[in-house]
Amino acid sequence: MLEILPLILVFPLAGMLLNAVFSRWMDETWIAIFACGASGTAFVIAILQAIALSGNHFHVETVLIADWITIGNLHLPWQMRVDTLSLTMMMLVTGVGTLIHIYAVGYMRGDPRFARFFIYLNLFITMMLVLVAADNYLMLFVGWEGVGLCSYLLIGFWYDKGDNGVGNARAGRKAFVVNRVGDMGFLIAMFLMFGAVGSLNFDDVLYFFEHNGVEVAGLATVVTLLLLVGAVGKSAQIPLFVWLPDAMAGPTPVSALIHAATMVTAGIYIIARSAPIFALAPVSQTTVALVGASTAFMAGTIAVTQWDIKRVLAYSTISQLGFMVAAVGLGGYVAGMFHLITHAFFKALLFLAAGSVIHGVEHGGHHTHDHCDAQDMRNMGGLRHRMRITFWVYLVGAVSLAGVFPFSGFWSKDEILADAWNVGVVQGHWHGVAVYVLLVLAAILTAFYMTRQIVMVFFGEPRSSAAEQAIENPPVMTTPLIVLAVLSVVGGALNLPGWHTLGHWLEHTHHFFHGLDFNLGVALGSTVFALLSIWIGTLVYYRRPLENATAPDQLEGVLGPVFRFLYCKWHVDELYSKTIMALYEWKARFLAFQVDWYFWHDFVHEQLIASAFRGVTVVLSGPVDKGVINPFFDGMAQLVRTFATRVLRPLQTGYVRNYALGVMLGVIIVLGMIFVNEGM
Amino acid sequence: MIPTTYYLALSAILFSIGVIGVLVRRNAIVIFMSIELMLNSANLAFVAFAREFGTLDGQLMVFFVMTVAAAEVAVGLALIVAIFRSKASIDVDAVNLLKG
Repeated sequence: MLEILPLILVFPLAGMLLNAVFSRWMDETWIAIFACGASGTAFVIAILQAIALSGNHFHVETVLIADWITIGNLHLPWQMRVDTLSLTMMMLVTGVGTLIHIYAVGYMRGDPRFARFFIYLNLFITMMLVLVAADNYLMLFVGWEGVGLCSYLLIGFWYDKGDNGVGNARAGRKAFVVNRVGDMGFLIAMFLMFGAVGSLNFDDVLYFFEHNGVEVAGLATVVTLLLLVGAVGKSAQIPLFVWLPDAMAGPTPVSALIHAATMVTAGIYIIARSAPIFALAPVSQTTVALVGASTAFMAGTIAVTQWDIKRVLAYSTISQLGFMVAAVGLGGYVAGMFHLITHAFFKALLFLAAGSVIHGVEHGGHHTHDHCDAQDMRNMGGLRHRMRITFWVYLVGAVSLAGVFPFSGFWSKDEILADAWNVGVVQGHWHGVAVYVLLVLAAILTAFYMTRQIVMVFFGEPRSSAAEQAIENPPVMTTPLIVLAVLSVVGGALNLPGWHTLGHWLEHTHHFFHGLDFNLGVALGSTVFALLSIWIGTLVYYRRPLENATAPDQLEGVLGPVFRFLYCKWHVDELYSKTIMALYEWKARFLAFQVDWYFWHDFVHEQLIASAFRGVTVVLSGPVDKGVINPFFDGMAQLVRTFATRVLRPLQTGYVRNYALGVMLGVIIVLGMIFVNEGM
Repeated sequence: MIPTTYYLALSAILFSIGVIGVLVRRNAIVIFMSIELMLNSANLAFVAFAREFGTLDGQLMVFFVMTVAAAEVAVGLALIVAIFRSKASIDVDAVNLLKG
């Protein structure tokens, strides 16, 4: 049964190729059937694998597809790994992916690049599966780069839109370049691992670190910090989070699939996968936890101030990824993976529902010729009457994200907070306390900004004619929303306190993975904080709704410059452009003008090489060619001509007797030679 | 019996006269006659050798030479008539268009 695992890659790949080759002869229905079918089949295979693995007593299996690199001791095959961790990710990617495929059929209808969108989406599913199913770090890196490529392609999918017609393309480029910074860390980590272990296979590497223990703690610290750099890039943590908000330029299903549910969680996956190495490096673990917690808090503060419905969700995603990173940093791998799964459900739901809102408002805008920004929450309001299904599923996603009992977000977030409490208060580590405080603050902010968003979008009176005329979307879009809403409600059942289903399931992969007991105090605390925050949110935004589309935020009057500072995203983009980018541009300018143009081009090429070359050619063409070679051949020709006119010409007298004399002399010579040779 | 050497000496003398005739004379008819003289000196040598060795090969060859000479006369006289028609002369020096 486990041998059919490679099919999980084959189907999305086949779907991609089919659409790539035949899409021009097919209408949208068939393209959609192929794409969704490919993704859905992969999901079925993932489920079958899970059944097979549990029937196999959770024995870790590897499936060899092909040899890849074999040089000396280096042996890197295309080999897939079936364990509970990789299967969890596979089921998540294909399951949520399929729902988003179906939704995208409705969302992308009528787009001139409909087929291309699904080709990219299927390629993404393939690459993400390569990433999570890999059995060695290099194959994982192939998937890692593959999803990065798909992310780039899909952020810039509407490459002719955005600011000045290049905004989306620039957003794609930004995501790509920022991710390369993280990839550099990942690559160096791989080099170090290979240098020390001589293999990149998970089993070999992890065995090496577990076996040698504290002897290689220094190496483990360096490797894990470099892996963290990679994870920080992919999972949009401080300091590399700046690409994710801009990535919202892509179509909304892409934001849901790649930039919320799956790709950005690759960083958490890699940390969980490398758990035994992290266990040797307390410094790295502390760093990971603090990076995650600070990101969670910082992104939360920014999300409170944004107007763009997708940007709020983007910062919320960064914040929730921070929760997960903090969890795995504290050793709460189960909590991190649990939150990863529930977050995939409710954040995919929120993004898709936001896409539904945008779609509906855009439709209303077409109807009334009111072409306002359909993503700006100031142009919305009162949509709960016009888009009932979207409203209810959005509400479910929001309360789940806010961590209200008994929605899935409550259970997973609470487990992370319990982990932080455990490390900080029970074990008495200072960083645990810091992480706990930051995460609680972030959780409060989460509940607040989701309340703000719900109220602004769905309550009050419509603030634009587009919102007045917004309509609900067709079932192809709302059905996946309802499925995801159900998952968001019941997702917590995966790892309920007492049962720890997910914890026991993941324990089979690493013994580090174990759940934590329910902490009633922490749970009560976070629930009270969440409810309090929602109550404050309703006080601020529901009691005094925005009056019109240009009114300032209610908080802006209270907080003033602080609000504007948060609205400008802590000026991180400006900071980067003033420091790193300015330095980089100065360096590029220096290299381009001083080094390349003035030194290499003007001095070395023009003055040294070109002028030396010119000098040589002048000598060659003047004295050598004209002075020696040319006269020599001219002289030869002259010689031949002189010989012909002076010697050969007079011989041709035209008199018959002269020729006859020649003949006779010839005969005499021939006869003479015969006599000399024969006769003597 | 007259020794064969005498015949050969006569043949050589006749041939040399013919060669000198061809080289020094300008009248085409005379050059022609000189060529005939050379051919016939060769015939004399053939016959002399045939008698010396007692075979008929030399006699036979003479008839071939005579036949060729007759054919040559026919072609040569026709050439001379053609030259005379264009140049109104049979002086071979008048035919010098190949002069370099």
